[in-house]
Amino acid sequence: MHIAVVLRIVPDVTEEIEIAGNGIEIDREWIGLKLNEFDDHALEEAVLLKESTGARVTAVALAGDGAERQLQTAIARGADDAVVVNHDQESAVGARAAAHLLGSVLKNLGADLVLTGVQTPEDVFGQLAPFLAADLQWPVLNAINGVSAAEGGLEVTQEYSGGYSSRFAVKLPAVLGIQAASKPPRYVSGSKLRQASTATIASVVSTVPDGFRAQVSTRLGASQSGTKADMITGSAEQIAAKLVDMLAERGLVGA
Amino acid sequence: MKILVYIDLQDGVPTALSRELVAGARRLAGQGGSIELALIGGDADAARKLGASRVFTSTPSPYDPVAHGAYLQGIVADNGFDLIVFGCTTSGLDLAPVLAFLNDLPLLSYCTAVRISGGTVEADSQIYGGKLVSTAEASMPAVLLVNAGAFSEDNGNQAGNAEIIQLPDRPQSSVRLVSANRPDPNAVDITKASRLLCVGRGIGEQDAIEEAREVADLMGGEIVGSRPIIDAGWLPKERQVGKSGRKVKPQLYLALGVSGAPEHIEGMGGAGTIVAINTDASAPIFDHAHFGAAVDVADFLPAFKEALARKAG
Ligand SMILES: Cc1cc2nc3c(=O)[nH]c(=O)nc-3n(C[C@H](O)[C@H](O)[C@H](O)COP(=O)(O)OP(=O)(O)OC[C@H]3O[C@@H](n4cnc5c(N)ncnc54)[C@H](O)[C@@H]3O)c2cc1C
Ligand SMILES: Nc1ncnc2c1ncn2[C@@H]1O[C@H](COP(=O)(O)O)[C@@H](O)[C@H]1O
Repeated sequence: MHIAVVLRIVPDVTEEIEIAGNGIEIDREWIGLKLNEFDDHALEEAVLLKESTGARVTAVALAGDGAERQLQTAIARGADDAVVVNHDQESAVGARAAAHLLGSVLKNLGADLVLTGVQTPEDVFGQLAPFLAADLQWPVLNAINGVSAAEGGLEVTQEYSGGYSSRFAVKLPAVLGIQAASKPPRYVSGSKLRQASTATIASVVSTVPDGFRAQVSTRLGASQSGTKADMITGSAEQIAAKLVDMLAERGLVGA
Repeated sequence: MKILVYIDLQDGVPTALSRELVAGARRLAGQGGSIELALIGGDADAARKLGASRVFTSTPSPYDPVAHGAYLQGIVADNGFDLIVFGCTTSGLDLAPVLAFLNDLPLLSYCTAVRISGGTVEADSQIYGGKLVSTAEASMPAVLLVNAGAFSEDNGNQAGNAEIIQLPDRPQSSVRLVSANRPDPNAVDITKASRLLCVGRGIGEQDAIEEAREVADLMGGEIVGSRPIIDAGWLPKERQVGKSGRKVKPQLYLALGVSGAPEHIEGMGGAGTIVAINTDASAPIFDHAHFGAAVDVADFLPAFKEALARKAG
C-alpha cells in the first residue's frame, strides 16, 4: 500500500481574521497559518497504517507559505517521502483547482490510497477529498474516524450525525476524507524535527486544465448571526460572582 | 425551475434536515417549479408524503457512497435540473462535490441562506470557523451543500401523488457495509439534561476536566464536550455535542473554551440560556451566547466553583 497524504496550510481561525481591501478575500499578510486540523489527523492515520502494515507514506503539499516546513514535519512524524507541487495559481488555491493540480501527481506517485482532511476552514466552493476522487475516478468516503488494514483493503468507520456510524470494507484505490485519526496526532521531538529539516523534498510542477476558472465570493462580511452576548467584565472572581447571581435569579443554578 | 433534493435517511426515515431541504426547495422553485427527490435505498411510500412531483428510488438498502454516487450521476445525466440540493452531512460531503466535478457544475457549500434570481443562485455561507460569511453567486445548473437551519421550514405532510421511478439494481460496489452502529442506549443521554457544562479545547489540559466535572455537579447538570475533547479521549463519545454528536436543548448551556464553530452550534444553538467563556472576544460563540466573558477558563473555573459553592452553602 502506498499512501499519499495531502497537507494544507490554512489560516488559524482562533486568531483575528481581517477582510482585505477588495472585500472578497481575507487579508493574508499578517495572518497566523497552521496545518489544517483534519489534515493533521490524516497524517497521523497514515503513519499508524504504516506502523501496522509497512505501507509507504508520501506527504504532498501545494507550494506556498509554510509548505516545505510542513512537509519536513511530516517526515519527522514518520512519512517516508515528501513532494511539493509547484503551480501557477494565486496563493490561496481552492479545492477544485487543487484537485486538478494534484490528481496527476498522485497518479504518477503510484499511490493507491489518498488521505486528506474532511474539510478546511475556507473550502466554501467544495472539499478536496471528493474533488480528488472525482478527478482520479476513485471511490471516496468522508467523515472517517478510524481506518485499519483488512483482507483485500481497508476497514473504515464513517460517522453520521446523532452518534450513528457505519463500518465499511473498502477496496483500493480509494480516497478518504479524514475527520479524526484512530489515535490523537503524536508530538514530535525537537531533535527529530531538526533531523528532518535537512530531508530532501521532491519538487514537481503541475497545471490546471485550460479554461479552468475558480469560483470566487462576491462579498465577505463578519458573521452577524444571532444575538451578541451581553459581556460581563471584571476579574475572574467578579465575573464568576455576577454570573452565579444572574443564573440564580433565573433559577438556572442550584436545586 | 426544477430542483433535485437528495434525501438522507436515518433508521430508514428521511431526516429532519432532509424535510427542511424539501420545504426550502419548494419555496425556491416557486409557483410552477417542480421538486424531485433522490431517495436512494429508502421506502418510496414514506417519500410520497414529502410532496414531490417525482421520487427516484431503488431497492431498500443501507447507505453506500459508491452506489449512491453512481445512481445520482445517472439521475442527473438523464434529467436537466437547475439546482441539486444536498444537506451538509456526511453523505452530502461524499456525493455533492463529486457530482459537481464530474458535470463541471459550480458548488456552494455551508449555505445558511439561498436566493434565486434569474438564472443565478446566490448563497451566504459560513466560513473560517463561523467568523465570516461569504456571499457568492453561481450560474445554474448548480449544486448546493446546505447547513441545517438554513431554510428553517417544516415540510409538514404533503399530498402523496409523486410519481415513483424505480432505479435498476446496481452491480457490486467497491465498498461493503460491515456493520451499522447506533448510539449506545445504555449510555448517558445528554439530551435529557436541563443544564450542561461544555468543555472545549480552550480547557487546555486533561487535568482540568475533573474540576469541570465537579462544577457541572454543583450546577446540577452534566459535563459535555466539543469534538476535539472527545477525539482526544478526554470525554466519551456519548458526551459530544454538535453535528456528529448529539443535538441538545438544555435550559442552560455553559461553554468553556469553545470557539463556536458551525458544527458545534448545530448541536446547541437552540439552548435556552447560553453562557460563553472564551479569551478571544471575537470568537463566534459570542454571536450565539446570551451572556459571555472574555476571561481565561483556568481562572474562571475555580472562581465559578467557589461562587457556586458559596451560593449553595
Ligand atoms: C463533518 C464534521 C463534523 C463535526 N462535528 C462536530 C461536533 O459534533 N461537535 C463539535 O464540537 N465539533 C464538530 N466538528 C469540529 C468543528 O469544526 C470544530 O473544529 C470544533 O467544534 C472546535 O472545537 P473547540 O471549539 O473546542 O476548539 P477550537 O475551535 O480550537 O476553540 C477553542 C477556543 O478556546 C479559546 N481558548 C483558548 N484558550 C483559552 C483559555 N485559556 N480560556 C478561555 N478560552 C480559551 C480559543 O479562543 C478558542 O475560541 C465537526 C467538524 C466536521 C468537519
Ligand atoms: N439512503 C441513505 N442516504 C444517506 N444516508 C443514509 C442512507 N441510509 C442510511 N444512511 C446513513 O447510514 C447510517 C446507518 O443507517 P441505517 O442502516 O438506516 O441504520 C444512518 O445514520 C444514515 O445517516
